[in-house]
Amino acid sequence: MQKVLLSGNEAIARGAYEAGVLVAAAYPGTPSTEILENAKRYKEIDASWAPNEKVALEVGIGASFGGARVLVTMKHVGVNVAADPLFTLSYTGVRGGLVLVVADDPELHSSQNEQDSRNYAKFAKVPMFEPADSQEALEFTKLGFAAGEQFDTPIFLRSTTRISHSKSVVSLGERPQDVPQPTLERNPAKLVMLPGNARRRHFAVEDRLRKMAEWSCRQSFNRIEKGAGKVGVITAGVSYQYVKEVMPDADVLKIGLVYPLPEQMIRDFAANYETLYVVEELDPFIEDQVRAMGIQVIGKDKLSICGELTPGRIQKGLFGQESPTEDNSPELPPRPPNMCPGCPHRGVFMELNRAKAYVTGDIGCYTLGFMPPLSAMDTCICMGASIGNATGISKVISAEEQRKVVAVIGDSTFLHTGINGLMDMVYNQSTATVIILDNRITAMTGRQENPTSGYMLNELKTYRIDMEQLCRAVGVQHVKVIDPYDIALTRKTIREEMARPEVSVILTTRPCVLVPRDNQERRTPLYVDHDKCTGCKACLRLGCPAITWDEEKKKPNIDKILCVGCKVCQQTCGFDAFVECK
Amino acid sequence: MSDVKNILLAGVGGQGILLASEVLSEVMLMAGMDVKKNEIHGMSQRGGSVVSHVRYGKKVYSSIIPEGEVDILFSFELLETRRYLPLLRKNGQIVVNNLKIAPPSVALGQREYPENLVEEIRKKFPATTVVNGLDLALEAGNAKTVNTVLLGALSKTLDIDQALWLQALKKMVPERLLEINLKAFALGCNI
Repeated sequence: MQKVLLSGNEAIARGAYEAGVLVAAAYPGTPSTEILENAKRYKEIDASWAPNEKVALEVGIGASFGGARVLVTMKHVGVNVAADPLFTLSYTGVRGGLVLVVADDPELHSSQNEQDSRNYAKFAKVPMFEPADSQEALEFTKLGFAAGEQFDTPIFLRSTTRISHSKSVVSLGERPQDVPQPTLERNPAKLVMLPGNARRRHFAVEDRLRKMAEWSCRQSFNRIEKGAGKVGVITAGVSYQYVKEVMPDADVLKIGLVYPLPEQMIRDFAANYETLYVVEELDPFIEDQVRAMGIQVIGKDKLSICGELTPGRIQKGLFGQESPTEDNSPELPPRPPNMCPGCPHRGVFMELNRAKAYVTGDIGCYTLGFMPPLSAMDTCICMGASIGNATGISKVISAEEQRKVVAVIGDSTFLHTGINGLMDMVYNQSTATVIILDNRITAMTGRQENPTSGYMLNELKTYRIDMEQLCRAVGVQHVKVIDPYDIALTRKTIREEMARPEVSVILTTRPCVLVPRDNQERRTPLYVDHDKCTGCKACLRLGCPAITWDEEKKKPNIDKILCVGCKVCQQTCGFDAFVECK
Repeated sequence: MSDVKNILLAGVGGQGILLASEVLSEVMLMAGMDVKKNEIHGMSQRGGSVVSHVRYGKKVYSSIIPEGEVDILFSFELLETRRYLPLLRKNGQIVVNNLKIAPPSVALGQREYPENLVEEIRKKFPATTVVNGLDLALEAGNAKTVNTVLLGALSKTLDIDQALWLQALKKMVPERLLEINLKAFALGCNI
């Protein structure tokens, strides 16, 4: 058998392939994004990016009803968007197996909250598997399809950042030869969720959960690993690995199906120990249910609900032992992420800062507009929120202050859930200004195609949504299209539209600098002519990584390797000191 | 006692750290060991601090290196080396690229880049190898092979058959860049 190193995300895609999946749909979101990027490498799978997670799941549901096995993936907050179809899908059940992968982000490495998606399993009554490494990620994905079809239910596969982005050794299997051709098959009593039908289906859902909890007690994905027999630990997912590291002698009940829990198995295991731990990241999800069985455990009284676990944090929480390292470091200059050199968003934020705008922000690379020296973002809640937030805040402030309110959103986020906010703005006659930073790509998650790119996930050309026409069709009377590298025009347009007591949209049209396809134009790096430079630091307001301050000369320098020649800095300089390299 | 060996890679987004950790992990897999590797990515291309954990041995559980158990800090930048020193074991080893990249606060003239880092690192961890990665990469013929030069230097501290390193590079480096990378690797080995 071939052994390879795969990330959890690669292993999930491989598992889908080996399960005979025909369709995969997703909206990108860290740490889930690479699953679909890997699924597309299997030509048997029709993998596509949807404009948002709700659409992705709805496409998945359709394909399942057609009879195909389907993989749908998203990050934890994506499930909030997809929750509407999810809760009713739980009632209809599936035809072809449907595995919904949700990738949580304990520690908020790249997220706006650290919600624990296991609660969705309980809430939506959808069974959930949780792998502890890449081999299990592959196996549990396959298992999800089989179990989902056996019990007529969608299945959650929960990953976390440390599973999705860790690589470990995996043995590969094969795809079945005979994946059947899906066909139409009507079953309206099961698939049309009118109250009369749904009432009956709810009983089926409850019955299914009871049966799965019993079945689960006899399955090898829930297993007991014997240690010295003195203490017991119940754990699941990545926490299992840390338990094995910190408590090598403990007896461990490792749970693979985290909802519904194998109750009898837990009771039998727990009966053996005076000291029983539950080790899990985020919420006391397993712990609360075990306590409800009347079993006393040590868990979140010792381990934090906030942040991810590590071997050291478990050691410290359960046994009070400080990790051997002692951080006596002086405070070092931090190294936060920054917009790339040549990023078309940079000049827009510098001008928003100068115009003293109150910026309702959104989710994307441009959220980095919050960071100094740009410092031009006042709110950021969730995908698409900037526009509704701008409408709401404008409702309650004075006419003078209303002029300061600007919503800033990217193309992908606008199409995800921002456009509904814009409809509301026009319909209810808001006065705020919207800036859509259209760089034709879903940049922050690593440059995924979207309906503004003109390309699909499979790299084939497709229609490109005309954002200007779209905004006009919604009813926006003032749509200004600008090149954000033209700083004078950017400044003038932002100020004019902020002053206008009507809805207006400013659409910036420079593509992301990291997409070679959209950056064919040759540009020359710049240098600073120190004879002309007065050391006024105006250029430093851009926070461009290519510009560094020379403390000895009291003048800036440009790193020629980093500079892409966007010339935005040249336009901030009043002394013509920024010159193209020969 | 566990035989697991822990290498922490550190540096700045865009320096080729993830590729280096891929090659390193592949070498260990080919050497017949259990391997786990872990890193946070998704925003790193925008110049942030990047770390990658690589662990190998007979059986590896956690993909995160337990705090204070790093055997080798393999670092691509000096300030990032300093940042992760507390994770090293006593008598840990360091292979470090002799390079300073100014973080934003330094580039803006608000903070100073710490001075005498090489001396400070050496004082705390005498088993430190400092590599002039860029010079050697330029000597190999491409500034972007710094990560391969550094892998060469790292390979000297590990007891792994040289042939496996070359095999891994051949597998993972695009063919048109292979020759230059093999040269870079050899230069790293010879320091």
